[in-house]
Amino acid sequence: MTFKLPDLPYAYGALQPYMSAETLQFHHDKHHQAYVDNGNKLIVGSGLEGKSIEDICKAAFAGKNAGLVNNIGQHYNHIHFWRWMKSGGGGNKLPGTLQKLVDDIGGFDKVRADFINAGVTQFGSGWCWLALRDGKLEVMKTPNGENPLMHGAKPILGCDVWEHSYYIDYRNARPKYLEAWFDNLVNWEYVEEMMG
Amino acid sequence: MPSLDRRAFFKTASAASAIAVVTVASAPRVLAQATTQAPEGPFKLAPLPYTPAALEPHIDAMTMEIHHGKHHVAYVNNLNNALKDYAELAKLPLEDILAKIAEVPEAVRTALRNNGGGHANHTMFWSIMGPAGGPGPDGELKAAIDRDFGGIDKLQETFNTAGTKVFGSGWVFVTVDKAGKLALATKPNQDTPLMEGARVLIGNDVWEHAYYLKYQNKRADYLKAWWNVVDWKAVSGRYAAAKAGTLKI
Repeated sequence: MTFKLPDLPYAYGALQPYMSAETLQFHHDKHHQAYVDNGNKLIVGSGLEGKSIEDICKAAFAGKNAGLVNNIGQHYNHIHFWRWMKSGGGGNKLPGTLQKLVDDIGGFDKVRADFINAGVTQFGSGWCWLALRDGKLEVMKTPNGENPLMHGAKPILGCDVWEHSYYIDYRNARPKYLEAWFDNLVNWEYVEEMMG
Repeated sequence: MPSLDRRAFFKTASAASAIAVVTVASAPRVLAQATTQAPEGPFKLAPLPYTPAALEPHIDAMTMEIHHGKHHVAYVNNLNNALKDYAELAKLPLEDILAKIAEVPEAVRTALRNNGGGHANHTMFWSIMGPAGGPGPDGELKAAIDRDFGGIDKLQETFNTAGTKVFGSGWVFVTVDKAGKLALATKPNQDTPLMEGARVLIGNDVWEHAYYLKYQNKRADYLKAWWNVVDWKAVSGRYAAAKAGTLKI
């Protein structure tokens, strides 16, 4: 079984003005494609062929297989990243099950602030997350291609803070990107789907 | 932050290949004045030793302005902030702080590692570049490159390959010891061989911010083009200083 690049679930221009068509073209067609291609090469002979992508993420991290952690990790991260965004997303109306988890750790404004801060303080390339651990919500950050699966948690929302995700549109202003992303692009229905 | 103007542009742009050209042409001039400096602290951002456009077409002016005036200055400011309550540490030269990074107080260790490393790396980076068309390596430096890498072509090939393999943000370096021996090194984020007490002859920044506006995902093309703007006279100076034991950052 080889991994394949999924189509974007919307047009390249669908997330403007918060994320440009150009950014999505490079990010999806070039960066994500490279992770898929490299991941497919690196999986051969790793002993992990045929396993689910979630299991590969966990096993590669446990086995310190940096190539697979990064490339299969990034494939997993991007599969969901595209779906964690939608045109007309954001807002603070959360699905009920999620609202309760958010309230348990301080409420929407605190979770928003903590999530953005995690993204701002992830030094260099990486991701910030909302993840479930033992039924509780947790804000996390991870470097490069890592994700919460590798750290014993289940990601339900992630934002890519590699510079390629925002440099064309926001230059060095990562906080502005994170705020715009959280407030205008998050697809909370897909976050709820990830909780299932 | 020019995002509104840029968004207006993106609405009308259709060809992805036009991005680099147009973004450079529309560089907001205000960025050139953005080298704001925190009022206090031992470390300062030096001006670029050439104009931001001096490395065109290999590195575009807008990239240089943001890289120096936004990214580098942030490292300097954050470094000074981290040292605010550590007067003894603040008296040390940067290379000494970095060499003992494992021993500095834990409360500021990550800040000093990231921002001290960032200041050292970028200070070195600006100093070894200059307008394209200068002479290549010669004399003792050329002999060392021939001896330790098998020639300048081989050095570039080895260095570029290593640079493409750094996953995510980081640097690729050539280190030099007091005997003049050269070696390749790569580091993540803003780490530097200075953190092992070693000395850096040259280094190239492979954070995406160093090349994304012009090269986007094509890091290999950036690595190849970068050699055009290496100032070998400056590198020779660093080589001689390393052998004399006077090379700092």
